Amino acid sequence: MIEVSHLYKYFDEREILHDVSLTFEAGKTNLIIGQSGSGKTVLMKCLIGLYTAEEGQILYNGRNFAQLCKTDRNLILQEMGVLFQGGALFDSMTVEENVMFPLTMLTGKSPSERKERADFCLSRVNLEKSNHLYPSQLSGGMKKRVAIARAIALNPKYLFCDEPNSGLDPKTSLIIDKLIYEITQEFGITTIVNTHDMNSVMEIGDTVSFIHNGILWWRGTNTEILNTENKEVHDFIYAAKYTQQLYNRILGNE
Amino acid sequence: MKGLQFIGEYLLLMRRVFSRPKKMAYFRKQLIWEINSLGLGSLLIVAVVSVFMGAVLTIQTSLQSESPWIPTWTIGFVVRQSVILEFSPTIISLFLAGKMGSSIASEIGTMKVTEQIDALETMGINSASHLILPKIAACAIVNPILVIISIFLCLFGGWFACVFMSSIPSEQYIEGLLSFFRAYDVYYALVKTFVFAIIIASVSGFCGYRTKGGALEVGRASTQAVVNSSFSLLFFNVILTKIFLG
Ligand SMILES: Nc1ncnc2c1ncn2[C@@H]1O[C@H](COP(=O)(O)OP(=O)(O)OP(=O)(O)O)[C@@H](O)[C@H]1O
Ligand SMILES: [Mg+2]
Repeated sequence: MIEVSHLYKYFDEREILHDVSLTFEAGKTNLIIGQSGSGKTVLMKCLIGLYTAEEGQILYNGRNFAQLCKTDRNLILQEMGVLFQGGALFDSMTVEENVMFPLTMLTGKSPSERKERADFCLSRVNLEKSNHLYPSQLSGGMKKRVAIARAIALNPKYLFCDEPNSGLDPKTSLIIDKLIYEITQEFGITTIVNTHDMNSVMEIGDTVSFIHNGILWWRGTNTEILNTENKEVHDFIYAAKYTQQLYNRILGNE
Repeated sequence: MKGLQFIGEYLLLMRRVFSRPKKMAYFRKQLIWEINSLGLGSLLIVAVVSVFMGAVLTIQTSLQSESPWIPTWTIGFVVRQSVILEFSPTIISLFLAGKMGSSIASEIGTMKVTEQIDALETMGINSASHLILPKIAACAIVNPILVIISIFLCLFGGWFACVFMSSIPSEQYIEGLLSFFRAYDVYYALVKTFVFAIIIASVSGFCGYRTKGGALEVGRASTQAVVNSSFSLLFFNVILTKIFLG
């Protein structure tokens, strides 16, 4: 479980996050949605320790990241798996080496154990035959899947995904979404997903938080979001004309 | 003001770079890989540049000393001294600053803008040390070796000029090469190269590491790496020469 309370983040006097308080529960897929530039990535980077928030605190199962010493921080970091927006695979390493990398650097596992674990993670994301390819030889969706495999290599307690399906076709997006959802349930991970894809929201959003101009504007489940009265949320999810028409038709038919 | 900030940021980064590697075995693997790519990758250009420059240096020197008062063997002596003291350590290091500097900065810069460095940091790995230290170590090992090779090839180039372009009799050239030799000069050359190597790798690594943005900025970082490391190298050249020979 991750508890965020009263988080403020500034960049050169500019307020990016304003008093954000949120709880992310274990075994749930927590979605963060919002317009481009609303502060989703900044929030996630605060959560994974890349940015330090000016005010507020973040508790990981009760542990306050900012107040820990370096060794304890590293322990928390090792419990995190992160899927970056572009995958962030290491270009100089093969798929297999990428997945094995956290195991090599952070565990005392023998080479054969590492290989076994990497193979398991890769099969988990349905990528069995690409072990010796380099990231440049992969398609966008494959890269994302390798990145997921790398993120789960160390059995994380917390999984962060920044726009896991941006730039992917709807079908591949669905596969990635399902994958994240299944892994979350299977291993009881606290998963946080940034997205602006409404399909993901409906498909996997156990909880949905809507960020608007750095403020937590709305919070609920994916069933509640369809009927929200909140204007900004409504405008966001029904941005396209056809979804509005679809919605009206459903209402009319009911 | 900007320069001072640059130096300050550089020093702060270096404090992170020079720390014990997390996994020694992995560091060794990286080091060997870097030695291979940085060293072998530069061997050809160093060899070609050295042979040609040695030949030209010998021809030029012989043209400048066509006086009956200057014994012919001095040409070999002058060529050897210029090569050991200045040409190989400095000019070759400048070449390497161009070649290694741009490759280091663009590699690390690309890793920065594609969030690979963020990925390392979120694993709790000191990305600065993980990426830059093997490169510094590799340059510090490889560059002195390249410079020694360069010295020999320059002198060979000079001999080539003597034999095939009959600038001067080659026996006299060789006699000049062998006269008044001081081991201290070679020592000076190698210390200089060693310092230059650390400058090239660390300044270029720094320029790559502070890249923000996209592909355009990576290109800019790599240009900046070459310019900054060349300037720092020339600056330290003056200081080291003053310390060792002044
Ligand atoms: N490193 C930074 N320095 C200064 N400002 C930043 C930095 N990173 C983000 N910002 C600003 O913070 C705001 C929020 O950016 P953020 O990347 O969190 O948006 P986002 O919600 O992730 O958008 P998108 O959906 O397009 O990824 C933007 O206005 C951006 O200009
Ligand atoms: Mg973003």
